Amino acid sequence: MPIPTIRVQRGTFDAAAESAALAAGRTDIGAIVTFTGLCRDEGGRLARLDLEHYPDMAEAEIGRVAEEALRRWPLLGVTIVHRYGPIRPGEAIVLVVTASSHRVAAFEAAEFLMDYLKSNAPFWKKERLVEGTDGGWVDAKREDQEALVRW
Amino acid sequence: MKAVYFAWVRERIGKAEEELDPPADVATISDMIAWLKTRGQEYVYAFENSRSIRAAIDHAHVKHDAPISGAREIAFFPPMTGG
Repeated sequence: MPIPTIRVQRGTFDAAAESAALAAGRTDIGAIVTFTGLCRDEGGRLARLDLEHYPDMAEAEIGRVAEEALRRWPLLGVTIVHRYGPIRPGEAIVLVVTASSHRVAAFEAAEFLMDYLKSNAPFWKKERLVEGTDGGWVDAKREDQEALVRW
Repeated sequence: MKAVYFAWVRERIGKAEEELDPPADVATISDMIAWLKTRGQEYVYAFENSRSIRAAIDHAHVKHDAPISGAREIAFFPPMTGG
């Protein structure tokens, strides 16, 4: 099984470069799915998100989710990057790249990874509003928890 | 053992981490939450809806019935909102 690449970082990332790195020098990959989650402005009211995380656990937990994806699908590579700290509307928050011989495994594994990251990776979003006030902690969505049932 | 708190659990308790020495009859995460709530109003507030609180032992998710014996670090936090 391939070894997943997992990074938890404050700075931004280059999705195209991460995807290219996964495929570099290989001829067995037939499909790469790249998912990037962005910070929305929530109709113009959001100035930024502050992402708190549990540093000692974040990479380990993302690693467990990635290992589960590798057990379930015949993947040839997985890269996951998750940011923390202040993130402004339009900036990327999370990257999932999956590679496989055929597209179905790459699509399904990317969805599985995102569903599990949302509910299991130890990150918490706090909203900062354009008027300069604290918008409070984002509540976990019931749909995100329910999304896990299909896997 | 070390206890660590995140997001609004941290804010309500008013600290990010502390060293704790719970009594011997505190055997599970549930027991730990009940014991913490005896330590002050800030803990009562943080754990007022204790079923929604998530916990991790030594950096892995656990359920509330998980035994805490041997734990070096126990974390308490709200449902996660990453991704």
